[in-house]
Amino acid sequence: MTAPLRQMAPAERIRTTSFNEASARTRLELLLDPGSFVEFIGPEKREISPHLKIFDLPEQFDDGIVVGHGRLDGSPVFIAAQEGRFMGGAFGEVHGAKLTGLLRAARQIRSIPVLILFDTGGVRLQEANAGELAIAEIMRAVMEARTAGVKVIGLIGGRSGCYGGGGLIAGCCSALAVSEPGRIAVSGPEVIETNRGVEEFDSRDRALVWRTMGGKHRRLLGAADVFADDTMLAFRDAALDLIGLVGAFGLDKLRAEQGRLADRLRRFGACEDAVDIWRADGIVHAETVPELSADQFIALANRIGRTSRDAR
Amino acid sequence: MEDLSFQHRVPGRAGGSRQNAIVGVVASGNLEVLVERTLPDAECRLEIKTTAVGFGEVWTAVVGDFVERHSPGGLRFSINDGGARPDTVSLRLAQAVRLIEEDGR
Repeated sequence: MTAPLRQMAPAERIRTTSFNEASARTRLELLLDPGSFVEFIGPEKREISPHLKIFDLPEQFDDGIVVGHGRLDGSPVFIAAQEGRFMGGAFGEVHGAKLTGLLRAARQIRSIPVLILFDTGGVRLQEANAGELAIAEIMRAVMEARTAGVKVIGLIGGRSGCYGGGGLIAGCCSALAVSEPGRIAVSGPEVIETNRGVEEFDSRDRALVWRTMGGKHRRLLGAADVFADDTMLAFRDAALDLIGLVGAFGLDKLRAEQGRLADRLRRFGACEDAVDIWRADGIVHAETVPELSADQFIALANRIGRTSRDAR
Repeated sequence: MEDLSFQHRVPGRAGGSRQNAIVGVVASGNLEVLVERTLPDAECRLEIKTTAVGFGEVWTAVVGDFVERHSPGGLRFSINDGGARPDTVSLRLAQAVRLIEEDGR
């Protein structure tokens, strides 16, 4: 039944496969050089969540995250991919520990970059404090790896987006690439609506959700450095670009990031809607940004020129 | 959750040389199948954890049909099921066998 896909030439497959629709394992297979991926703690080890059984919930043998190493255009990388369809890609105790371990290995080796393919709604609520602690440990591990000279690149384009603690971890990365369907935020649409009311944020207004949290807005704001079309090839190119672009990390960079964020708040803090921000940024016909094709949008984003390269 | 287990005698060993393979995702209407080459050539075992309670008879039929078609000798299948339909189960089982029968690793 899988014959048609397997018979397709690899170059054709990577160009035509949607990042958004692919599983975590397919993303790894297509992103990395063919046959180069080696998994750490694979599904046959059965390192499953110790919590889900208590709630009579199904487990997954890899606890929803695949970690390992492989090659990208010939060079070694550490890589992690979350499976957004298993419990919304949420972080549990084991899931989080696998990513923490990968980042700590990278910190020790120093010279090998880490790619994190986020696809997550945040912490797995059934695992409560264990999940929250996992987020804190991962954030610390990202910063320690970066301090040791490791480039940590986030790729965001999955169905679950990158929310909650995932949004916090993404904020700690050296650089991010995002596609239009990818969304980056901490509180998700329904969380905001539940807590602040529908007048504050209507979670059923898809256009509002995407122009507030979607990839285009995140790219224009400089939260993401690269906007990628929704193909595996575009994400592979983006990962290679970012590994090449990311510079050294230290206190100066953190100060610059603080300055960048303070400046952003000063300039746009009073804006009611993302379109107001785009307009204030000098984009003519700002209201048409959501309709732009990937190519048109990338041209626009490059013209605006805002990236976090000097900061972050 | 319900745990089910099936053991079959099969005429032949599954082809290929891979030691294990995994297909699918645990989600609503979907399942993951982990297949490992760990049993004697004439045996096949399936261990299933499913969210859909009370479908033992359907599983018996689907598994029986699968074993007859593919003769997956020597293979142990571990399944986490999120309430997949029988056709999806058949598809994933067939994909798992196909994958482990590929060469390499």
